[in-house]
Amino acid sequence: MSDKQPTVTQATLVKKAAPKSDYKPADVSPQRRVQRTFAVRLWSIRHSRLLEWFYSRFADAFLLLHPLWKGIGYSRVEAPVKFIEKRVKGFMFDCRMCGQCILSSTGMSCPMNCPKQLRNGPCGGVRANGNCEVEPDMPCVWVKAWEGSRNMVHGDKILAVQKPVDQSLRETSAWLRVTAQAAAAREAAQNQQNTGASA
Amino acid sequence: MSVRHQRDENPAGIHLPLEPLPGHTSRGRLERVLRRGEFAVTTELNPPDSADPEDVYNRAKIFDGWVDAINAVDASGANCHMSSVGICALLTRMGYAPIMQIACRDKNRIAIQGDVLGGAAMGVANMLCLTGDGVQAGDQPGAKPVFDLDSMSLLETIRIMRDNGKFLSGRKLTTPPQVFLGCAVNPFAPPYDFRPIHLGKKIAAGAQFAQTQYCFDVPMFKAFMQKARDLGHTEKLFLLCGVGPLASAKTAKWIRSNVPGIHIPDAVIKRLEGAQDQKKEGKQLCIDIINEVKEIPGVAGVHVMAYRQEEYVAEIVDESGVLKGRQPWKREIRRDDQIVAERLDHILHDEITETQVDMVKTAH
Repeated sequence: MSDKQPTVTQATLVKKAAPKSDYKPADVSPQRRVQRTFAVRLWSIRHSRLLEWFYSRFADAFLLLHPLWKGIGYSRVEAPVKFIEKRVKGFMFDCRMCGQCILSSTGMSCPMNCPKQLRNGPCGGVRANGNCEVEPDMPCVWVKAWEGSRNMVHGDKILAVQKPVDQSLRETSAWLRVTAQAAAAREAAQNQQNTGASA
Repeated sequence: MSVRHQRDENPAGIHLPLEPLPGHTSRGRLERVLRRGEFAVTTELNPPDSADPEDVYNRAKIFDGWVDAINAVDASGANCHMSSVGICALLTRMGYAPIMQIACRDKNRIAIQGDVLGGAAMGVANMLCLTGDGVQAGDQPGAKPVFDLDSMSLLETIRIMRDNGKFLSGRKLTTPPQVFLGCAVNPFAPPYDFRPIHLGKKIAAGAQFAQTQYCFDVPMFKAFMQKARDLGHTEKLFLLCGVGPLASAKTAKWIRSNVPGIHIPDAVIKRLEGAQDQKKEGKQLCIDIINEVKEIPGVAGVHVMAYRQEEYVAEIVDESGVLKGRQPWKREIRRDDQIVAERLDHILHDEITETQVDMVKTAH
């Protein structure tokens, strides 16, 4: 295995060949430019077990508040909830607001941070040191996801094949969607029970 | 006059799909070879940077009689070349069995599903689903990376099209594509312990065969295969090990540090450096690796990638003896066509201008 990892991408070479000017932007992908370091993201993955526990409590609490959301109207609470969700998840996981959160299936490592936005596992280009092929200084999202999932109780959810991202759900609240779906499922189950009891 | 046909050839024409067989999902040659339990050999066609069909035909010709299928790469390494759909169109016309590679980098789900139907209609029987290299690796790093699907959801999409006769949206297809689905595996990149499990995920999504990244580290590959066998993957999927000759120690070092995902151990580089003729040694190394991996249980074939050394593919396959005397389908002129060509060959060379009046006179 090579001891020194290359940090030169083709994009770097192309940029070097470009005409000189005073303004030289950082040599990273546009995705990385909107983002700080990986420290918090990596902390979240290291503590995936804790976050998994917290998340399930949090989802229950949100579901308890379902009558409240429904009373106010899901469409009306969307804006403030999304505002908070975006900031909290953005800080914790570098969330990209795909609107269909699968953090619990990916070891609390957000797969949308992968430059290829892979939602089903690593590509074949992972460097020998576990870094990304596109971003040589970023740890591969999926190497971390695998590590994170090993700490979790339901870590084997990483084995489920994920559907392609529905781009029309971007910039919407995954929390509210999951809550509404869970409430609907609960109601359907209750109805079935009632009809079963009356029959 | 009876015309002798080769095995796995449609008597009505070499460009036509084969008779459907029970248990087969495609009407192609590669699936037949693999399901018969024969050791399959596939290779990769270096896509031309031209609009000349002869370039594709000439590049395919050197594999004649040595390989079971030819990969039509989809802008590999994010470098722009003739498209895989175009190469497949030309190859199927000539009767070859192409493996159409589909990379998720350049096309969204609408374009991909359209290409799957178009490819299948042209007679493409094998499709290989890839994620694709990032655009930063290629000659046009300013391009927009699409990555609408990933290799897994792409596999599932095509499987649904084939088995359920539906688009991803649920709209019905009147004739579903009959294809043999493949995926790529890289056992030589981290996370190593996840890779065999990841392959299981790909099988669940629809993969029927897999081609691996270049194998230069046989012990590592053996460990991967052991785990894949333990998980029962090799019974559900035909695994073809990727191999290829290295041109020199310098190339090997360059690949190691510039091409992500290819793992070349130091021992390989030392062996090349120590050789008098490095190119010959690279070829010999490839043959040695083939001889080692073909003995590993669960390996159904090899995928020989000899980028810019395509002329060596025949020699490598021949000298390694993996075909055990079997000759894969070979494009040859049919005997009746040959006789016609011989009889009428002179009209191509003779400088005769025939007029209708003369023709009437000579006929009498």
